[in-house]
Amino acid sequence: MALVEIRDVHKKFGRTDVLNGVSLDVEEGEIVTIIGRSGSGKSTLLRCINALETVDAGEIHVEGQRVHAKMPDLRQFRQRVGIVFQAFNLFSHLKVERNITLAPLLTGRIGKSEARALAQDVLARVGLADKIDAWPEQLSGGQQQRVAIARCLAMAPHLMLFDEVTSALDPELVGEVLKVMEAMARQGMTMILVTHEMGFARNVADRIVFMHQGRVWEQGPPSKLFVRPETPELASFIASVK
Amino acid sequence: MNFLPLWRYRDQLIDGTLVTLELTVIAACFGLLIGTAGAVALKGRAKPTRWLVRGYIELFRNTPSLIQLFIVFFVLPSFGLKLPAFEAAAVALSLYFGAYSVEIIRSGLDSVPKSQIEAGQCLGLSGWQVFVHILLPPALRNAYPAVTSQFVLLLLGTSLASQVAADELFHVAGFVESRTYRSFEVYAVICAVYFAMAMSFKILFAVVGALAFRSPRRR
Repeated sequence: MALVEIRDVHKKFGRTDVLNGVSLDVEEGEIVTIIGRSGSGKSTLLRCINALETVDAGEIHVEGQRVHAKMPDLRQFRQRVGIVFQAFNLFSHLKVERNITLAPLLTGRIGKSEARALAQDVLARVGLADKIDAWPEQLSGGQQQRVAIARCLAMAPHLMLFDEVTSALDPELVGEVLKVMEAMARQGMTMILVTHEMGFARNVADRIVFMHQGRVWEQGPPSKLFVRPETPELASFIASVK
Repeated sequence: MNFLPLWRYRDQLIDGTLVTLELTVIAACFGLLIGTAGAVALKGRAKPTRWLVRGYIELFRNTPSLIQLFIVFFVLPSFGLKLPAFEAAAVALSLYFGAYSVEIIRSGLDSVPKSQIEAGQCLGLSGWQVFVHILLPPALRNAYPAVTSQFVLLLLGTSLASQVAADELFHVAGFVESRTYRSFEVYAVICAVYFAMAMSFKILFAVVGALAFRSPRRR
């Protein structure tokens, strides 16, 4: 059984069909990158996986459990599925340490005495051990995004979702975030990413999923998809981002 | 100009000042409770409650507060609710302050981006935890300046309570004036007292604000 099973998912915003029957499996430990033009439904699909959006039809299962906004243990489910956003979404009224430890403390994952050590540990993993006492606003965009990743890691998720996490960054700050994500990939984290970073998709992903008009248009390993695209849509997309 | 005749009445004037402060603080506390509850109700899903709160806000913000006070003091007794002057003033001013607080606190809650709430939900926090730890602190910080200036308006507005003979500062002033015939002196003194109280609160709020909201301001 795959870690994530998406079966014929449909989603409308108003009258616009955003997802038009998406089916996709993601195995444990797999790195799957979703690419496609804006409006192709990539981010919506990602948001459906942790029930930030509800699907109109079809089903999503994560670890065998059906995902929907009214599931009885939604909170426990979300603790197992981390999501990192384009806009970082750090809590600006809390210091870095508290940003990281708030959820583990409130959900009872850790006790008060373990909090600082946990923050130090996850910050070290994103290379920001020295920023534990900083305010989010004192950090660069790249550093804020790495703190956001650390905040997710502190919940020890089984699956991480990345929604265009480098799109809001200055070009020179993209690399440091991608490096952190590469390291996580090497450690065996299951990851689903929506990204415009084709270099990253090519080098790190196990599988590329090309979405078009709310469907999975084409998918396969990067070596195949980037070199011999089967559909004209993917070929023209690859040409446009080169 | 002669301030000396006023000296005899210093105890009454001090008492009046204390009553004014008491009235202000009581109305502010209850008003803020009403304001928070109202703001949460306005953001809630229940339509009848939203209409009720909306009606309350419009009623109290678009009628003279003196009339609101008269209704509580003179009209409610005919419906069986008879309140002494101070209590009537406290009720009327709480409702008046509450009507303004609802809007101030609601706009504070609205100022927190939805993405912050989403981030909290995605970490597995409950609705209540998100409200208390993620929504409320920045909302209060954003609402704080407006709440404090509304508080000063409330402090000055308590002088209305003199019209139902509550023993606050302005009412005491009228009494002292009627005894001494020193209109200018009496009103100059209480004007200075109101000014001193308002300024003291402003300074106090600035200090409290600086201590409570230590994170760097959003640029």
